Amino acid sequence: MSTPAADHGGVSEPAADHRGVSTSTTGPPSGAELSETPLQREAAVTIFERGAAGRRAFQCPALDVPEVDPHTLLAAHLRRATPPALPEVSEPEIVRHYVRLSKRNFDLDSGFYPLGSCTMKHNPRLHERVAALPGHARLHPLQDPARAQGALELMWNLERALAEISGLPHVSLQPSAGSHGELAGVLLTRAYHEQRGETRHKVLTPDTSHGTNPATVTMAGFEVVALATNPDGGIDLQDLRAKVDSDVACLMLTNPNTLGLFDPNIVEIAEIVHGVGATLYYDGANLNAVMGLSRPGDMGFDIVHFNLHKSFTQPHGGGGPGSGPIAVSERIAPYLPVPVIVRDADGRFDLEHDRLHSIGRLRGFQGNYGCFVRAYAYICSLGAEGLKDASQTAVLNANYLLARLMNETHPPVAEYLPLAYGQLCLHEFVLSGGPMKRELGLKTLDLAKRLLDHGFHPPTVYFPLLVEEALMVEPTETETRETLDAFADAIAAILREAAEDPEIARNAPYTTPVRRLDEVAAAKHPVIRQAL
Amino acid sequence: MSRYTATTPADLKAMLDAIGVGSVEEIFEQQIPEPVRLGRPLDLPAGLPEQDVYEHLRALAQRNVSAEDELCFLGAGMYDHYVPALVDMLMERSEFLTPYTPYQPEISQGGLQVMFEYQTAICELTALPVSNASVYEGPSAVASAGYMARLHNGRGRFVVSAGLHPHSIATLRTYAHGFGVEVVEVPLREGVTDLDAWLAAIDENTAAVFFAQPSFYGAVEDAAALSAAAKSATDKPPVVIAQVDPLTLGILAPPGDCGVDVAVGEGQSLGNRLDFGGPSFGFFAAREEFLRRMPGRIAGETTDVDGRRGFVLTLQTREQHIRRAKATSNICTSQALNALAGVVYLSWLGREGIVELGELLLARTHYALQTLDGLEGVQALHSRTQPVIREFALRLDADVAAVRERCAQHGINPGADLYALTGREQDRGGLLVAITERRTRADIDRLADVLGAAVASERQSQAVGA
Repeated sequence: MSTPAADHGGVSEPAADHRGVSTSTTGPPSGAELSETPLQREAAVTIFERGAAGRRAFQCPALDVPEVDPHTLLAAHLRRATPPALPEVSEPEIVRHYVRLSKRNFDLDSGFYPLGSCTMKHNPRLHERVAALPGHARLHPLQDPARAQGALELMWNLERALAEISGLPHVSLQPSAGSHGELAGVLLTRAYHEQRGETRHKVLTPDTSHGTNPATVTMAGFEVVALATNPDGGIDLQDLRAKVDSDVACLMLTNPNTLGLFDPNIVEIAEIVHGVGATLYYDGANLNAVMGLSRPGDMGFDIVHFNLHKSFTQPHGGGGPGSGPIAVSERIAPYLPVPVIVRDADGRFDLEHDRLHSIGRLRGFQGNYGCFVRAYAYICSLGAEGLKDASQTAVLNANYLLARLMNETHPPVAEYLPLAYGQLCLHEFVLSGGPMKRELGLKTLDLAKRLLDHGFHPPTVYFPLLVEEALMVEPTETETRETLDAFADAIAAILREAAEDPEIARNAPYTTPVRRLDEVAAAKHPVIRQAL
Repeated sequence: MSRYTATTPADLKAMLDAIGVGSVEEIFEQQIPEPVRLGRPLDLPAGLPEQDVYEHLRALAQRNVSAEDELCFLGAGMYDHYVPALVDMLMERSEFLTPYTPYQPEISQGGLQVMFEYQTAICELTALPVSNASVYEGPSAVASAGYMARLHNGRGRFVVSAGLHPHSIATLRTYAHGFGVEVVEVPLREGVTDLDAWLAAIDENTAAVFFAQPSFYGAVEDAAALSAAAKSATDKPPVVIAQVDPLTLGILAPPGDCGVDVAVGEGQSLGNRLDFGGPSFGFFAAREEFLRRMPGRIAGETTDVDGRRGFVLTLQTREQHIRRAKATSNICTSQALNALAGVVYLSWLGREGIVELGELLLARTHYALQTLDGLEGVQALHSRTQPVIREFALRLDADVAAVRERCAQHGINPGADLYALTGREQDRGGLLVAITERRTRADIDRLADVLGAAVASERQSQAVGA
């Protein structure tokens, strides 16, 4: 994007001349005062609107087999009448189109991305290099295991590492993303109860949970029962005791939770849940807080999913690919999806497809292997110490940023954006924009949009739902102290500016390729494809 | 400090002072109760310098025999098509590789417009009016379509052609067991769905019917006939779902023109590498009436406050982060980067190219079948009047695993062991051979030589053994 972000990912004070809006004006800037940035002047043109009839980038290999009348090979009624209206463009046009499009994106390589719950940590380029080696990248998923021993060994090693990190002995790498891992976990729970001749109907999830948790529960055929949060930000034990019974199949929990807080009652929670024969599921979205420091298996969890695209730095690709392996305890292991990687006494690896009690498949083949390569490279790079350092630094950075904000006196950030729960946090923290809204007339959304003009990706906003005007900040271990300082300074500057003139932030951003977009109109009259 | 973190001792001191604690450990001690603190190092090898990690991963790669190393006729769901260089180049750009899901549209117009273009391309390919921005991959896309049909009409039965990819059937069964829908399989005749059995299997409680185009065996279905039969079978027609191969849609009648309601499939063959099975992407297109029940992200066009054209994630009230337990799917992260590869690839192929490539695949597949069928001990598994595209099934009069092993000694992977994939009796001795544009006539001729010799040798040694 066009905002002039300094190397450390942000700028400490907004420079008016770069933004087309003076931050010292008292009134809202009118449209006429704004000078358009070069990217704003560039109209959005799709690839379908470029090119010309007859233009092309593809040169088809020659027909080297005897020519046969195509209609004898494929009858007319099976054939397409008119070709799909794909673009007609030259190779240079394609390159230029998508390179220019890419410049309309903000990305982690360009700046600070403190998106809570998403763990936007650095993506080492080594991982792209090793994943692209033909022995990995051009390996067919149905290659005989005897001729894919390197891949199976890599997967085996990754499974062992994830087992050690989670404290749960059995791993399946198959699920495609966190939500897919959740579905696997709830279906495993179903299989576990069914095998014992029990039909249970309810799954508990706290009101702070990720939306994927309740959505998964419904999809897996269970009823969602929400649990309340206590004043300290943990599970309300009284509510848990009131709702737990022999019809409860599972409790799904994130720990540390989406408030960035570790539940101090976790051992007791596990006892209560296990006491009625239910399973305890760990949403691993926040694992980056505790690698090498605390393990879900030791907390009493039966099933955990990992987000390789979060804790293990698979690049997020603008919304995937991800990978959501699961680790489980002994009692859940018989139900794991197939195929399962096995190793024989001679150290040879194979894929086992026939497992009596398996829930079956969750997708094709063996999972997102390309993601396994990257995650495995990351674990090899960091080792035990490095993983622990990653979590410790992530927690240090989050607490430092929190302290910088709470210690700020000009303006008193803590009064406008108080910490929603607790004093310290783990890898992320949640502020409430409620006072800011009441006292400065600034919504969390406005703050987020104004941060864009400062060259930062905003934190997650309006989640978790129980915090008014929530702002969820996860800096990760990637960031330097200078970047964290710059971000804290930007928040303070925006609040100061808002005390003078809240209209500026209310109309932000000004410097981005487009400004605030009409989402209501988009949903009311959906235009989801180019008209051709 | 590792090479990916940056806290110097001076930083640490300043940061701890600001926080008001004496050490990082103190934060963990305050937050995590003692009994669940690990208190020992993880039992993992020590970290390695970058070049050592590279060498380790390279050594592992060398222990795999990839399509780079042998002449590969494996398909069965993923195919060794050529990926143009510009796809790699664009996927590796930081601006596409490293952002999260575009929650802030003002700084995500690149990714959002890519989604919009991708949706347009999928709609064009399938001749269906709406598409989402991608799902995980093929088989789970089939299962997600089943879940959508269940939400749509609330019925309790899926009727599935055995021509669907076995992984799709297995995945659908896994999902359907969860949300409580019975799965009934319809047998094949000559590699395509048995129309009489199909019609007989559909009742008023059928939520959806599923077939694949082409079938798992490479055979071209009469999609229009299957759809029409499904819709006329009862007064309460099921949702018609087709798993389609996108690269054949330049020449095969598109699902939208064949009465199909929902078209899903595996996108790997569109500019994505094999990667031992993933990541790739799944696509999901449907008739208009399903728009508000579709899973996954959808990008929509709108304008900004100054009237500029722009794009946003839209119809989010379907999604888990808004609707939670009432969401139409649990999907969050999907396959945006792989879908980018898909739309770049389709732009590269272009309007004429997708037809030319389809005709080439059709002609070469026909040539390969003609060349291989009739080798001693090798014959087409299905009737030769049945049209096939890109893939076909043979029956070997010899042990398939042993024949494949013999071919491997000559640097050829002759195709997939059908019975190992389907477990169906009629597939015993079956070999599923895939032809891409990378497999030339010379390659096919070489396959004929090596496969013919391998089958002959294997039969000989079996005869001797007997």
